[in-house]
Amino acid sequence: MWRSCLRLQDWGGCLLKRPRGSPICPAVLGPTLQLQTRAYAPPSERKRFYQNVSITQGEGGFEINLDNRKLKTPQAKLFIVPSEALATAVATEWDSQQDTIKFYTMHLTTLCNTSLDNPTQRSKDQLIRAALKFLDTDTICYRVEEPETLVELQKNEWDPIIEWAETRYGVKIGVSTSILGPSVPAKTQEILASHLASYNMWALQGIEFVVAQLKSMVLALGLIDLRLTVEQAVLLSRLEEEYQIQKWGNIEWAHDYELQELRARAAAGTLFVHLCSESTTIKHKLLRE
Amino acid sequence: MAALGSPVRTLRGLLRELRYLSAATGRPYRDTAAYRYLTKAFRAHRVTSEKLCRAQQELHFQAATYLCLLRSVRQHVALHQEFHGKGERSVEELAGLVGLQLPRQPGGKGWEP
Repeated sequence: MWRSCLRLQDWGGCLLKRPRGSPICPAVLGPTLQLQTRAYAPPSERKRFYQNVSITQGEGGFEINLDNRKLKTPQAKLFIVPSEALATAVATEWDSQQDTIKFYTMHLTTLCNTSLDNPTQRSKDQLIRAALKFLDTDTICYRVEEPETLVELQKNEWDPIIEWAETRYGVKIGVSTSILGPSVPAKTQEILASHLASYNMWALQGIEFVVAQLKSMVLALGLIDLRLTVEQAVLLSRLEEEYQIQKWGNIEWAHDYELQELRARAAAGTLFVHLCSESTTIKHKLLRE
Repeated sequence: MAALGSPVRTLRGLLRELRYLSAATGRPYRDTAAYRYLTKAFRAHRVTSEKLCRAQQELHFQAATYLCLLRSVRQHVALHQEFHGKGERSVEELAGLVGLQLPRQPGGKGWEP
């Protein structure tokens, strides 16, 4: 109430200050017009302001050029990525924008920006801890007790992955039906932390992103070690949802929408990790010669 | 190792996605940097000997992941434009979504402007 009074005063002030003879109609019409416009309109997207996208190899990596200008990060740093494949993929993202630039579809660009700017100023340790935090509440370690069929489904689908991870890393993970989740031994955390420490900062940003999308450390490890494809990992991450869809029906604008978004994000993160981890690039070079 | 299918299939899928993408610029997809890079990589890593198997699988995995990325982004954008791209719906549209109609009263309800 007070606020509207204040606003009225402002309006009055505006009207009084206005020089005589100037049109006041727009000001008077203002409120009624506002009522007619919708409460929520999607934010305006930026137009595609460039024609050609190209890649140049500069010092320390590959750069993207939009026409003659160099692409920069939101913090105005030069956009440089370590591998040619990644630069090509990012350039393709920019080149495939139609009339407007849709940033929500450019996951690889976003990941590169995050790695270059590091907006939250996190160190390597903090990144590893952030990723490992998901292990305590890992999606595939939480099991239900009913209904029967879902219990069976979770056992059949999730158990092999947990077994694989346990033998691959020589750790104990375990599952639980309690709301507190499984108690993962400290030793497991240590081993996985030292394993993650072998990745560089870029790859770690990608790993943390994938873990946060799938809500599961184990599934993310499966993706990094080529044990699962992205489609499989996303299916396992959404296992209960898929079960409910089978039972109650699929809604395109909710279920399919989320599925595609999750797949795109998980795929972008996985690709980013693979393209940024050192070992892969060395293998490329060896093979080419 | 996850089931990936044959590399040729993956390449075909990738090229199909590139064709969709090149619709944005109107240029033929064979002129894009992505096309050149992909064909070069696929040619360079054709199966030559057993020794290279592991790395080849790694590259095939990356290619399949990229295919998944391109395909999902395309489908996500299509769904977004269909259902979420236009902002808020009108009351009539919302009712229509769930198969209902707004009540109609001959002569109006009396309170319309």
